[in-house]
Amino acid sequence: MPMLEVNNIHTYYGNIHALKGITLTVEQGEIVTLIGANGAGKTTTLRTISALLRPRQGNVLFEGEDLSNIPAHQMVYKGVAMVPEGRGIFSRLTVSENLDMGAFSRKDKDSMGKDLERVFTLFPRLKERRNQVAGTLSGGEQQMLAIGRAMMSHPRLLLLDEPSMGLAPVLVEAIFDTVIAINKEGTTILLVEQNATMALSVAFRGYVLQTGEIVLSDSAQNLSKNEMVQKAYLGME
Amino acid sequence: MNPEKKFTLRDAVNQGLIAGLITSLISMVGMVELFSKRQLIANLMTTAQVFILLAPALLSYQSARKSAKNNALASGAVTGFFASIPIIVLVLLASAFDLRQFLVNVSPNLISTLTFGQGPVVGSLILVAINTLIGLLAAILHQLDEKIRNPILTGLLWTLLVGMFSEILQERLRAFFGISFTNLIIRSKALQPTVAVILLVGITAIAYFWGQRGASFSERIANQSATQRRNMIIAQRVAFFVLLLAMPLLLGTYLSEVVNNVGIYVLMGLGLNIVVGFAGLLDLGYVAFFAIGAYVMAILTSEGFLGVAQTSFWVALPVSVITAVAAGIFLGTPVLRMRGDYLAIVTLGFGEIIRIMANSDLLKPFIGGAQGVLQIPKPSFFGTSLIQPGQLYYVVLGGVLLAWFVSTRLSNSRLGRQWMAMREDEDVAEAMGINLVNTKLLAFAIGAGFSGLSGAIYASKLTSIFPHSFNLLISINVLSLIIVGGMGSLPGVVIGSLILVGLPELLREFAEFRLWMYGALLIVMMLAKPEGFWPSAITKRELHAHDESIPIEEPAAAD
Ligand SMILES: Nc1ncnc2c1ncn2[C@@H]1O[C@H](COP(=O)(O)OP(=O)(O)O)[C@@H](O)[C@H]1O
Ligand SMILES: [Mg+2]
Repeated sequence: MPMLEVNNIHTYYGNIHALKGITLTVEQGEIVTLIGANGAGKTTTLRTISALLRPRQGNVLFEGEDLSNIPAHQMVYKGVAMVPEGRGIFSRLTVSENLDMGAFSRKDKDSMGKDLERVFTLFPRLKERRNQVAGTLSGGEQQMLAIGRAMMSHPRLLLLDEPSMGLAPVLVEAIFDTVIAINKEGTTILLVEQNATMALSVAFRGYVLQTGEIVLSDSAQNLSKNEMVQKAYLGME
Repeated sequence: MNPEKKFTLRDAVNQGLIAGLITSLISMVGMVELFSKRQLIANLMTTAQVFILLAPALLSYQSARKSAKNNALASGAVTGFFASIPIIVLVLLASAFDLRQFLVNVSPNLISTLTFGQGPVVGSLILVAINTLIGLLAAILHQLDEKIRNPILTGLLWTLLVGMFSEILQERLRAFFGISFTNLIIRSKALQPTVAVILLVGITAIAYFWGQRGASFSERIANQSATQRRNMIIAQRVAFFVLLLAMPLLLGTYLSEVVNNVGIYVLMGLGLNIVVGFAGLLDLGYVAFFAIGAYVMAILTSEGFLGVAQTSFWVALPVSVITAVAAGIFLGTPVLRMRGDYLAIVTLGFGEIIRIMANSDLLKPFIGGAQGVLQIPKPSFFGTSLIQPGQLYYVVLGGVLLAWFVSTRLSNSRLGRQWMAMREDEDVAEAMGINLVNTKLLAFAIGAGFSGLSGAIYASKLTSIFPHSFNLLISINVLSLIIVGGMGSLPGVVIGSLILVGLPELLREFAEFRLWMYGALLIVMMLAKPEGFWPSAITKRELHAHDESIPIEEPAAAD
């Protein structure tokens, strides 16, 4: 049984038909990427999976359980954490306070210290700046904080929405290295990206989204060789 | 605004003209004339003159601050000089034409005040001289070392305040020290000139020495052991509490009444602070819960024909609060999905609905319509009816302390963190596992509860209530006082209430300019001190974060 099963979902914004029947699966332990141009519906897909939006048709199963009627704030208790587009850190709180908020759903306060250590190992930068106000961090550090905060809830599935957005290439690489590290420690990842080159280099499998529909799905390796993908998303002629 | 930009002579002139226009404006709306009767220093200075010179003084100070050091004095003087121009234009126009046809308030009296009673020509010359002098003095003040400047500013401010409130002070001094002593200090509602000088010099000197000693004093505190420090904090708290309890004795009837009115608003402010400051939900219909609390109290306790139960104040009080809380949940439920502007508009509507319903003929048999509810008894305590403001004070104080206690506990609680996360970003908060529905409803409910408590006390304080007392302005007042004090800050609520409710009541001349003053104050606040007078820790941190943070080394991009 796949860890995440998205079955033919149709999501609307009022009359706008944003997702026209998306079907995808994520297996336990994988990194799966969803690539597509701006406005293709990547964010809408993630928001539907994390119950912030409701599909008008179709359903989402997580570990076999239908999430259709679960309120969004329950998702984190089920083991799904999301790092929203544009990072969405609490900019007026300090780094530590942000990480604390990430552990809001945790009942076992004892192992929180261990998780904090783990986050600080992944992002030593955050440890140095733990008392700094998050809004004053650089873009890369804010992205690290957003990911670190999501990790504080100890998720089994991590949803990442364009973590590379607006970052310098060196930082993008650093972020993707941590994505791999997080995955190696056992967290399954669904990664939404416009930066197809990077996404396909870390992912196991990928889906290509175009105007609300999946047009291609294959292993990451095959996708990076695919002519259409090369032309449209990898900037090759 | 921009520190790098060079401050030129032209800027100084502009500042001056702006100051002059401000002064002309407050003259034309009638404020200056109204205050010309309130003497600050006997036979020397009226409050009106302070108003005339305030804008030139402040903007000259600004000019001096912004310009290069060697030009500062000149800039100040230039600003002061040009500040007199618009005023002189007004004076000359008023003496040439009858401006009262369009500007009712430009009376001969005003012109005489503006020209120091010397006629247009001599008066204009005096205006120029005084404004330039004030500009120069303000600039000199700015050039002084901070250690001297701040004490002088403190001295000036306090002397002005004492002068402005000398009428009230006179009454208080008489009560404690008798007439003959009081006459030495304040006669016919104004400070004696020698006393004013003594005050100015004395306060400046005290502030100066306090500033000198302050450093070693705080060092001594820092060197104290934890227990010593804790004992000191406890001692401070006890002293403060005793002061609170003794307040009515010190203040007398009139000031106690003012303090009670301030307290009613503090109570409302603490409630709205939870909704707006903590949870970030802009509620413009907050008066609704105040009205509900007041009406429930009125109906339950009234001895008139509308009273249904004639219960005691203490029985009706919790019922009022619970009803307000229920109304908070009732309003909260339909607006759960709304954010920002939409929420503000819907709550605004709710506030109006409640007021219109109270006014309606439909409910008239139950709550009296426009005639209101009368014969509400004052609270009584073990058989004593709390008729005096000084007695009622303790009821208000109790309410405020309760709300304060609940607010502090909540802001440090799990719920407080939920509100904080929701205020910062609703989606992320939800993704963190926060139930937005409950979190919002709790904010509405608790905020409404405080407001209901406030309304209930208000009703039995006034002994009769009418729908028109519960208009939109109350919601706006409460919101303004939160902004002025500092969003999310509890001491800020008190400061804001003192400034927006207490001051206008003490300066009764302000009454008709109340809204005008609110607008002006809010604009000035947003420009000069957007965080409020006593900002919360988080706001303070946000505004100063950029000064403190270490420059961040970003790995060089694209190599
Ligand atoms: N809140 C919204 N209201 C209406 N339309 C929206 C909203 N958010 C996104 N859309 C539309 O839905 C489509 C998919 O958007 P999105 O999921 O944000 O794309 P992506 O994340 O791939 O850039 C776009 O056409 C966009 O204009
Ligand atoms: Mg997107």
